[in-house]
Amino acid sequence: MEAWLSYLRNLDKRIWYVLLLLFALAFPWFIQSNYWISVAVVFGIWAILGLSLNIIVGYAGLFQLGHAAFWAVGAYTTAILNTRYGIPILVCMPISAVIAAIFAILISRPILHLRGDYLCIVTIGFGEIVRLFLFNDPFGITGGINGIRGIDRPSFFGITINTPLSYYYYVLFFLLITLVAMQRLENSRLGRAWTYVREDETAAETMGIDTVRVKMLAFAIGAAWAGVAGNIYASRYTVIAPETFSFWNSVVMFCIVVLGGTGSIPGIFVGTIGMVVLPELLRELPLLTQAFLGLLRAPLGALGGFGAVEQKLMMISKSIADNIPMWRMLIFGAAMVAMMIFRPEGLWPHWRYRLELRREEEAAPASVGTAGH
Amino acid sequence: MALLELQNVHTYYGYVHALKGISITVEEGEIVTLIGANGAGKTTTLRTISGLIRPKEGKIFFEGKLLNNVPAHKIVYMGISHAPEGRKVFPTLTVEENLNMGAYSLGNDKEAIEANRERVFRLFPRLKERRKQLAGTLSGGEQQMLAIGRALMSRPKLLMLDEPSLGLAPMLVRAIFETIREINEQGVTILLVEQNARAALKLAHRGYVLETGRIVLSGTAQELMEDERVRKAYLGER
Repeated sequence: MEAWLSYLRNLDKRIWYVLLLLFALAFPWFIQSNYWISVAVVFGIWAILGLSLNIIVGYAGLFQLGHAAFWAVGAYTTAILNTRYGIPILVCMPISAVIAAIFAILISRPILHLRGDYLCIVTIGFGEIVRLFLFNDPFGITGGINGIRGIDRPSFFGITINTPLSYYYYVLFFLLITLVAMQRLENSRLGRAWTYVREDETAAETMGIDTVRVKMLAFAIGAAWAGVAGNIYASRYTVIAPETFSFWNSVVMFCIVVLGGTGSIPGIFVGTIGMVVLPELLRELPLLTQAFLGLLRAPLGALGGFGAVEQKLMMISKSIADNIPMWRMLIFGAAMVAMMIFRPEGLWPHWRYRLELRREEEAAPASVGTAGH
Repeated sequence: MALLELQNVHTYYGYVHALKGISITVEEGEIVTLIGANGAGKTTTLRTISGLIRPKEGKIFFEGKLLNNVPAHKIVYMGISHAPEGRKVFPTLTVEENLNMGAYSLGNDKEAIEANRERVFRLFPRLKERRKQLAGTLSGGEQQMLAIGRALMSRPKLLMLDEPSLGLAPMLVRAIFETIREINEQGVTILLVEQNARAALKLAHRGYVLETGRIVLSGTAQELMEDERVRKAYLGER
């Protein structure tokens, strides 16, 4: 057992990556359910959104609560170009990315001198402006409250992506590209510049970093990626409407980043599971309870009087499942408060972030120790 | 032509008139020190030169080029490096990463960065021993060495040091100042801001005395050290 554990620990990280990739590739065969494959597709889209917001919030340290706006710009660019001009979805993808990036540069330039919570408030503002803009159907291009329908499915080399299974691999492909890109970005010259700016803007400036440009690039790249997610989303559902790009969804993205672990790529996955997959799992609670009770029935049934308890448990789990939409916000709110108190660095934090947040309290006992000499 | 020249520079923090017409020249190869009490405007002078604050009036020239409208991050490329007050090293980066950050303006020139790093390690062998250690775990003196080393990574012509002796034991102050002299002997011009007037004047060639945003006295270090007012006000003699 000991030997086995240490063997596991000493395994190269890359082996874990390969195992995870194999698991992701084989997932549809394990699960054999279109419903759960669809949940995985949603997970993938949200993970891409989380990773894109992570550039802005995690790497550059800029609080941004309007990320749904960039997602919307990407989705609407694709929808309009595709339904009006018949441009294929995959051609729309880079266009969506570029338009979202340009949009991000235009709106971020005048607000980048703001810090922390002030920036956050302004980003809430532009998120809402974009949503209302789409809602009001300017020049009849956004379709107002009904949005745009009839968006094509992506197709290439004569293959059309239209089943949950094919979407699963489609999203997985883009998620992998995103992951590789993020990994490279984090360790690039620009990635390092973001770390410096996040930790100390003045010092970064005196070291020759153009802080405004570097922060603008974070917005532009993050927005471009959200634009790609918008393209994928639009072609997945073939219908988009302004309500999807609401403030609530900006908050969900922000929670994915912060709950999972700001700046940490595995953290984003943990966060996405928590914010997107967990509610779906809770919906399945009656099934899980039933299975659990089924296991208990044999040993407990002999004792008698089990039926009443069983009924009660089933009722509770069913009512929880039924009321999830109602309780979701409360549960998330409570989870957020608990996280901020007990684990502000997130569930799977980037070590550097953990240090930044925990520095003072970890340094304090050390200095007390040396004072005793 | 002087390496650095400030002509009648006025700087404000909002409504506060922090520098009230400062004129300074620094010749190539010199160590020049600005001494003065708290709030005299020493740090503000350095921040104005490195572009972190803009002067409202007056001109700043570096190698004959006007600096007034050059953004802070471009000033580094011109050859001015600023080791800010309170060290400001990045505690969650390792010593080596901190140094690499100082070389940001060199771009991806790996050889030049490597050469500069070796040079810094020769000046501060202690940093080499701790190259993989997080800067936040260094002692105060080591952090100061790192701050100076980081400022040297961009190969500056002019190195501006803000209170390098702050919070250090006297023995460490001596060691740091000795290294500053060594850096100067390698051809780097130094503008040193210090409260520790005695140590600063011992090291410097020339000095300026600041009081509430004005220069009240200037001269060679020797002259200042012998000046009655300086002895009383800054060297603690009666």
